[in-house]
Amino acid sequence: MSAVFEQIFQVGFLAAIIRIATPLAFATLGEMFSERAGVLNLGIEGIMLLAAMAGFTAASLSGSLWLGVLVAVLVGAAMGALHALFTVALGLSQHVCGIGVTLFCSGLAYFLYRLIFGQQSVPPSIKGFQPAPIPLLSEIPILGPAVFNQFTLVYLAIIAVPLAAFVLYRTPWGLSVRMVGENPRAADSAGVSVIATRFQAVILGGALMGFGGAFLTMAQFNAFTFGVVSGRGWVAIALVVFGRWDPWRSAGAALLFACVDALQLRMQASGLGHIPYEAFLMLPFIFTIVAMAFMSRNAVAPSALLKPFRREER
Amino acid sequence: MFRLEARTSTPAWFNLALPLVAIAVALVLCSGLIAVAGAGVIEAYGVMLSASLGDSYAITETLVRAAPMIFTGLAVAIAFRAKFWNIGAEGQLLAGAVASCLVGAIPMPGYLAMLLMAVVGAAAGALIALVPATLRVKFKVDDVVSSLLLNSVIYYALMALIEGPWKDTFSGYPISPPIEDSANFPVLIEGTRLHIGVVVALIAAPVCWFLIARTTLGFRIRVTGENPEAARYGGINVERVLLSTALLSGALAGLAGVGEVGGVHFQVMSDISPGYGYSGIVVAMLARLNPLGVVPAAIFLAAVMTGAEAMSRATGVPAFLSEVIQGTALLAMLVALLFTAYRIRRVGAPA
Repeated sequence: MSAVFEQIFQVGFLAAIIRIATPLAFATLGEMFSERAGVLNLGIEGIMLLAAMAGFTAASLSGSLWLGVLVAVLVGAAMGALHALFTVALGLSQHVCGIGVTLFCSGLAYFLYRLIFGQQSVPPSIKGFQPAPIPLLSEIPILGPAVFNQFTLVYLAIIAVPLAAFVLYRTPWGLSVRMVGENPRAADSAGVSVIATRFQAVILGGALMGFGGAFLTMAQFNAFTFGVVSGRGWVAIALVVFGRWDPWRSAGAALLFACVDALQLRMQASGLGHIPYEAFLMLPFIFTIVAMAFMSRNAVAPSALLKPFRREER
Repeated sequence: MFRLEARTSTPAWFNLALPLVAIAVALVLCSGLIAVAGAGVIEAYGVMLSASLGDSYAITETLVRAAPMIFTGLAVAIAFRAKFWNIGAEGQLLAGAVASCLVGAIPMPGYLAMLLMAVVGAAAGALIALVPATLRVKFKVDDVVSSLLLNSVIYYALMALIEGPWKDTFSGYPISPPIEDSANFPVLIEGTRLHIGVVVALIAAPVCWFLIARTTLGFRIRVTGENPEAARYGGINVERVLLSTALLSGALAGLAGVGEVGGVHFQVMSDISPGYGYSGIVVAMLARLNPLGVVPAAIFLAAVMTGAEAMSRATGVPAFLSEVIQGTALLAMLVALLFTAYRIRRVGAPA
């Protein structure tokens, strides 16, 4: 009996880790592409929120979840383009522009949500994605139900990791991205358009952040609340550092963070009832700060990160 | 074709013109959202203006709201001058609020309580700001990320306090016990909420200006921000300057929280700050990191906030418009700043 219970506990725990890691993996990969091209995107928190809201609204009005995902991804890409317009085309401070994009996107998300749905005591919800078990694979003990009985978006995130690694390390475009992030001058001499490549990378990054936002409102919570992202974007930026700007390591970092978060959720649910649950919510953030303290000394950021490129200035 | 050309000098009137242009652009862009919401643009902005600056009571309300943003604006302006990217003013404000609330609840003579609230609140904010600065100096941790993450930590710590040990046992509301009546900041004009903390904020701005523009520490802060290598070469201990800047910046943000507890709410609750820390970034940028400019910039944002609430009641346009205006104004200001360093030249035009 206890063995059965233990197994359910473990499967549930593993499944929870995978679920928590999914939006973070999308966001982390998105931020990684942007930063590999030399553009820090602090707009991530707001972009995820606006994409989550737009996707939820589209899904709830049209009844189609996949249309919702598409809208979220397009909104994410569009906001990526906005950030690129300021930081790449105009070469403005990436730090402050990112904060501006986050303020703008979150304000817009709250504004439009209130306009469309009005003020309701219970936030409207939708019937979100249902787990789509993969035949055969989902029957593997423990691993099967935890990994292969998930939402389709989870599988997409799992596929996105090797795909991102392939694109970044094995394609001409990926090479361009790494070149404009490390040495834009040399890339420019080699005939690579620094501006265009950076735009593309930041837009791709925004689209991936859109996937992350879509997952939150259409698979994880099935509703939009003002705190639906609650710092996940900021965490993703830390995870990129922790993952040393590499797709595999970044995904690993997202899994590690999800582990801590899932543990924290277990602790909330267990007998520590006299401690308010908010105390546990701090733990993943403290963990991330401490982890960064250990990792940052040896972390080597893309050399041209934060540096705008103006062709005429040599 | 047009191209950007480097400027050698910036005309002085730009300091005033740029923020005004940025604000105008933001208001014009956001009028689209008012139209989408089905209200008259002129009417909506009219309500905002009259509700925030239309009569003397409205002006006092706007000033009360501007006070915390003057403090966070100063906190950000000073930090950014040293290129210490303190995005953590929100958390530092909350820490200042919690600390001053703890002190304010202890029975003691009023003036002593207020003084101690300010000292302890400033110290709490300073300590929190010291964390990202220390992590940057000792461990090369990016200060933007750590100060952002710290905001979440402080917020949840505050929530744990008011949901746990502080929780009101009678009502069950997640709020802290109130501070002593004698510790409530004196009101300057009968019938308004204009408290002494607003005056302190208004005085803090010129003091900070003097500190940045006329003192040795201010000089070190500026040099560290503009050219850390030159600063080091000139014998300035850049690490120490960064840590001092963090202490100063955090203390100012902490004072924003003190004012909210002592002068406005008299206790701590989860929504004690509607993002004043983040608004501080907008304020500082609109002010071009000049402490004197922080005051009008904060008053502008405060007017938008108080005005947006009245506009929402009168026209049904969601009050979140004020947040969109803030974000748009910040982005517009950044674009406008381009014109301080560059000018637009036509190239390839017929001679």
